[in-house]
Amino acid sequence: MTTAPATSPAVPAAPGVLLDETVPARAAWSAVVPRGATLTITDLRGNQAVDCLLYDAHDTAVRYSAPDTLQAQRGIFLTTGSVLLSNEHTPLMTVVADDCGRHDTVGGACSKESNTLRYGHHTWQQHACVENFLAEGARYGLGKRDLVSNINWYMNVPVEADGTLGIVDGISAPGLRVVLRAETDVLVLVSNCPQINNPCNGFDPTPVRMTITEGGSR
Amino acid sequence: MTETPGAGTATTGAARAHARSQAGTVVDCMPLLPPPEGALWEETVAGGGYAHLAVPAGAELALTDRDGDACAHLLLFVTGRPWERLNTADTAKVQWNAYLGVGSLLLSDQGRVLATVVADSSGRHDTLAGTSTAARNTARYGDGTPQGRSPAGRELFKLAAAKQGLTPRDLPPSVSFFHGIRVAADGSLRSTGSAGPGARVVLRAEQPLTVLLANTAHPLDPRPEFHCTPLHLRAVPGVPTAADDPLAAATPERGRAFLNTRTLGAR
Repeated sequence: MTTAPATSPAVPAAPGVLLDETVPARAAWSAVVPRGATLTITDLRGNQAVDCLLYDAHDTAVRYSAPDTLQAQRGIFLTTGSVLLSNEHTPLMTVVADDCGRHDTVGGACSKESNTLRYGHHTWQQHACVENFLAEGARYGLGKRDLVSNINWYMNVPVEADGTLGIVDGISAPGLRVVLRAETDVLVLVSNCPQINNPCNGFDPTPVRMTITEGGSR
Repeated sequence: MTETPGAGTATTGAARAHARSQAGTVVDCMPLLPPPEGALWEETVAGGGYAHLAVPAGAELALTDRDGDACAHLLLFVTGRPWERLNTADTAKVQWNAYLGVGSLLLSDQGRVLATVVADSSGRHDTLAGTSTAARNTARYGDGTPQGRSPAGRELFKLAAAKQGLTPRDLPPSVSFFHGIRVAADGSLRSTGSAGPGARVVLRAEQPLTVLLANTAHPLDPRPEFHCTPLHLRAVPGVPTAADDPLAAATPERGRAFLNTRTLGAR
């Protein structure tokens, strides 16, 4: 396993920046993005999967739904223009800019349990996104039943004609950004995926940067 | 008050007699009670209706699209510990396939098997698009309420969940049977519709399961009008998949899923 370097914001906060933090490799992160503000997720080193849960900050029973998002856009890949819908089919966030062009919302999050099926029982003691989600979600009163579908920013999961689906090499690169505009006050939970068994982050988790900017500017 | 035969329902006695006279009425969509010999449960669910039942490990649940326009939206929980429940992402990811067919496992979020697809004459199913919502059915059909003419699947699931002591927070994405969805090379979704009347799917419970079922139009049904016809379901006792069953040994992932399920007792 690689060692996460100590990280911190690279530059002083610019005007309008509400929050600018670097999330170390394998770590969890969360914040409330106010309505109208944007969240920029920067893939600092490239090929890092950023697992993401979204909740209405005022009613966490309303949360991101991959099925509703797929229904509305009639496709499985997320990119600029994708509206991230809740389980009540209401907009939570909109992808307003995307340097990468393809993000996954089908593959779900890694867990210690599913890793035993995918790779073997030797992975049982490894880090996993669901552990990050449970620990970070607990700060907001969220528990296991609140973990539903998630987004995997920068992760590449194609589906072939016969239904074969898998996490394959990413198409991201260092410095690429995705920008999300909050359509209501949104609680964002992130697990900067610790996965070291598949190519979603090149078998080497790296840090990402989370920047919240008011008023929709980048 | 004295009872007057034939006096309608104006008196308590007449109302009681009127109510009791309905016994034995048979309609198209209803449960059969007691269940027919050999069955745990048998029911025809109306188009736009829902069902909920708890079945023991090993039970086989046969779903039949009787008239060709049913769509069985399904959620599974382990009875008594509903925090272990269907995970559609793991179901697709672990098996390296998004499409359901004979031999597919419906996996829980705990690395264990909830149910196995043991028969399928439809081939038109979906693990991606989930079910419909009140907002979407209202926009598409003018009504998404459970009492209305085009009930939303999520609203039906909320009711079925409540009957089993669960809440809307307990409802993850669902799978659906009898209305196919396929993914094109560019990631777009395409409806392949129904296989027609009589298509049948059989699920084997690999743990004691609480089953929530909403029979309502698929959210990507391309037709402008709401279509949904009755769904027949029948549960019979059975035994969970054996360790040496070829189905369990067909892939390493399946083998480990059944291994985790069989060793449940330790945790």
